[in-house]
Amino acid sequence: MKISLNQRILSRNEECARKNKVFFDEYQLFCLNIISSPGAGKTTLLTRTITDLKGRLSVGVIEGDIKTDTDARKIRAAGAQAVQIETQGACHLSAEQVHNALTLLDVKTLDVIIIENVGNLVCPSAFDLGEHRRAVVLSIPEGDDKPVKYPGTFTGADVILINKIDLADYIPFDLEKVLADIHMLNPHAAVFQVSAATGQGMNAWYDWLLAECRKHDGRQSESIEKPSR
Amino acid sequence: MHETAIAESIVRTILENARQLQAKPLSAQISCGQFNTVNDELMQTAFQAAAAGTLCEGMTLTIRHIPLQACCRQCKTVFEFDVYKPVCTACGGDKYDFKPDAPLLLETIEFEDNAGFAKG
Repeated sequence: MKISLNQRILSRNEECARKNKVFFDEYQLFCLNIISSPGAGKTTLLTRTITDLKGRLSVGVIEGDIKTDTDARKIRAAGAQAVQIETQGACHLSAEQVHNALTLLDVKTLDVIIIENVGNLVCPSAFDLGEHRRAVVLSIPEGDDKPVKYPGTFTGADVILINKIDLADYIPFDLEKVLADIHMLNPHAAVFQVSAATGQGMNAWYDWLLAECRKHDGRQSESIEKPSR
Repeated sequence: MHETAIAESIVRTILENARQLQAKPLSAQISCGQFNTVNDELMQTAFQAAAAGTLCEGMTLTIRHIPLQACCRQCKTVFEFDVYKPVCTACGGDKYDFKPDAPLLLETIEFEDNAGFAKG
């Protein structure tokens, strides 16, 4: 006896992701899910963003790592709320883990929730966490072949940050090829060339982030400053 | 590695259906798109691990990969997209729009026939 189901395999995760999105919208929070390889500079990008936007944007961070709370401590030291999820081996965050982490944040004081996913350019892209936008960080030392090698991850991104751009003069990296590959895979993504270490190019990223936060904010719109240009 | 979570979800659904039908599951077929990045070998291993010790132990899993389609903006041909040769297969154009990638689906489950007929 054969039964035909055609049921979405990750439907439980998708159901929980929908709940998360309802939660974000209820509290008028913008939620961004950041995906990258280990070492691309997600945490440095966040600590610099939190520091530079202090007083203009109230950030809460959900950190996903296999082990340790190192990253959450760095985020707290930069002056933001952070919850650490230790996945104990799992290569991605699930919507349920994010749901549980949200209960540990004082969300009423926040403008944005940023989820720093487990460092991995493959698995996290298969799991919707309920975020409004998805970011992918690619750093110069990883090489210029990453977009075509991980097409699913780059195609699913709303914003792509090419980080450690200050190293482009020292490492063979065909920036034009990467930009063309990204455009081929995902012509709709916003692309920023930044260095979270030196601050190069960060203002354009802040403008994008602040604009997205304003779009999702009905209550505290006065508290999120307009970009200074 | 996300195959582990996918496998656990498949086994959970099969067990729910097996309980309802009061039948032993024999095989299942799933389908996936190109962006789900399902690796066959890892998927099979993960499925065996998730099935171990349950009614699903020993089941056969078939994985069907569904190609990603793109539509050429120039000649409007719908073609199977190959990331290593990202051009229209008809006119060679490099501007196109992706069709939605296929979702991860549990398509069918086959159960042992309760009445003792042929297993088909």
